[in-house]
Amino acid sequence: MAYKFEVEQVDAWFGAKQALKQISMKIKENSITAIIGPSGCGKTTLLRCFNRMHELVPDARVSGRLLFDGQNIYDDDVDPVKIRRRMGMVFQRANPFPMMSIFDNVAVGLKMNGVRNKAKLREAVERSLKRAYLWDEVNDALDKSGVSLSGGQQQRLCIARALAVEPEVILMDEPCSALDPTATAKIEQLIMGLKEQYTVVIVTHNMQQAARVSDYTAFLYLGELVEYAETVPLFENPRMELTEQYITGKFG
Amino acid sequence: MKRPSEWRLSTASLSYGKELAPSFFYPTTPEYGGRRIMPKEITGDRVFTWLAAGIGSSVIIIIFLMAYELIKESRLAIDKYGLGFVWGTTWDPVFFEFGALPLIWGTLVTSAIALLLAVPVSIGVALVLSHFSPVRFRFAISFLVELLAAIPSVVYGLWGLFTLAPILRDYIYPPISSTLGSVVPILAPPVIAYSVMTGGVILAIMIIPTISAITRDAFAAVPLAQREAVISLGATRWETARLVMSYARSGIIGATILGLGRAVGETMAVTMVIGNRFEIPSTLFQPGYTMAAIIANEFTEATEDIYLSALIEVGLVLFAVALVINMFAQIIVRRSLKMFRGAVRE
Repeated sequence: MAYKFEVEQVDAWFGAKQALKQISMKIKENSITAIIGPSGCGKTTLLRCFNRMHELVPDARVSGRLLFDGQNIYDDDVDPVKIRRRMGMVFQRANPFPMMSIFDNVAVGLKMNGVRNKAKLREAVERSLKRAYLWDEVNDALDKSGVSLSGGQQQRLCIARALAVEPEVILMDEPCSALDPTATAKIEQLIMGLKEQYTVVIVTHNMQQAARVSDYTAFLYLGELVEYAETVPLFENPRMELTEQYITGKFG
Repeated sequence: MKRPSEWRLSTASLSYGKELAPSFFYPTTPEYGGRRIMPKEITGDRVFTWLAAGIGSSVIIIIFLMAYELIKESRLAIDKYGLGFVWGTTWDPVFFEFGALPLIWGTLVTSAIALLLAVPVSIGVALVLSHFSPVRFRFAISFLVELLAAIPSVVYGLWGLFTLAPILRDYIYPPISSTLGSVVPILAPPVIAYSVMTGGVILAIMIIPTISAITRDAFAAVPLAQREAVISLGATRWETARLVMSYARSGIIGATILGLGRAVGETMAVTMVIGNRFEIPSTLFQPGYTMAAIIANEFTEATEDIYLSALIEVGLVLFAVALVINMFAQIIVRRSLKMFRGAVRE
């Protein structure tokens, strides 16, 4: 099976503070990988290294190699804009664009890619909303503002927005942390369906969620990758004592 | 420890102070059973309430007094020329023929030129200052731009008179006029240094600091989450900038209106460069006149009552134009804000 990502000795800093230390891991194509760990362990930073969002923070930097389909995205001649167009990102808080309609929120990425054809846009919007299980709830209100929806619907709208550009990878940063259990269940179901077409990396605070949705789990602690294995063995039979302490709730 | 019902009773009894100060002054809160909270220090609060109300209403009173005074003093001219004053195109202090149309035209056109030039530049400056420059340079650029606002208007006028106007006439106007002039009649040659266009350019420079400072604040207020959302979709810097501009649309409009307000009333600098000729020129490169400029120039010469009254009526028209612009602007800002109502959840 091909690896979508190969992370090789990645370090990341915020100014003088090192947030990630020598992370190495490989992520398989069409799998769901969960990154877990206590607050401040670097989960989000690691996720943001995958699409070069980490460097947007002033004074933040990254070293090491991060191969995406075999190509190091941190090479000097790589345009981060092109890398980001091949990945979709879903954030902790739903962040639809308030000045755009539901339709435009989904279509915005395609429009940036130069798609102008109305029929094509319509079709892509419908497909993405269906894939995000939102179509039935909004198909008669596509010209309403994106922020007229409930919190859970907004998050699914953001997922649809990320899916619309047909990315290869979906990066999710605690997508359910601001949602109620019903909305969370819907989004988890959606995530599990995504791996047929996409490679999904999800950061989560919620260990049950990691156990429910992911194939692989990485446990990060203080910027170091403590354990990375298939999800079921990691939760049932952790090799490292730290992992066991964390998943049994002894700290974190 | 009090039981909840007693507690509720005691907060209810606090509402006895209602008649001492306007009750709208106190917010209702669900924690207090929906009752208005009254402070303990009732005397001091009463004083403060009336003081605040007094200061607040004095602004309104001043506006009404100004309008009243302007109307009273221009009564003579209003009675003599009627509405024709606004359409009239002669200004003859010898035979007492007064009409203000060329002045109104001059004010509106110089302001429009100023906005057309200043708004794009200001948006660019604001984008650079808010998002697209190294943080360590921002303070210096900001400081320099805001310094422009501190220069007295008469200094702009002198600089415009001796430096800017000749440069524009020699190097900038001729190429514009000779190329665009045949397509757009109002840009046709010949070009004159002291013209409506130069008045507009000076105004543009003067309102850039106002517009760019407010626009910068509006851009800086665009949530990081919004920018990250569009960047993660693979937006280029320009596409990110477009998102920022569209999010901060109402801020841009508000800033533009404030700039316009300043341009409409600006007197000294424009007076010095516009040429002060009482006519509606056929092109923008010809001299013109503005309402503020004629008041400043002729006020001391106006010895006859009717002449003085006509000048004050020009002031009244200027006052009205400024009011209308501001009201119009409020409507636009409110309309574009409506879209966001209850929208941005944090």
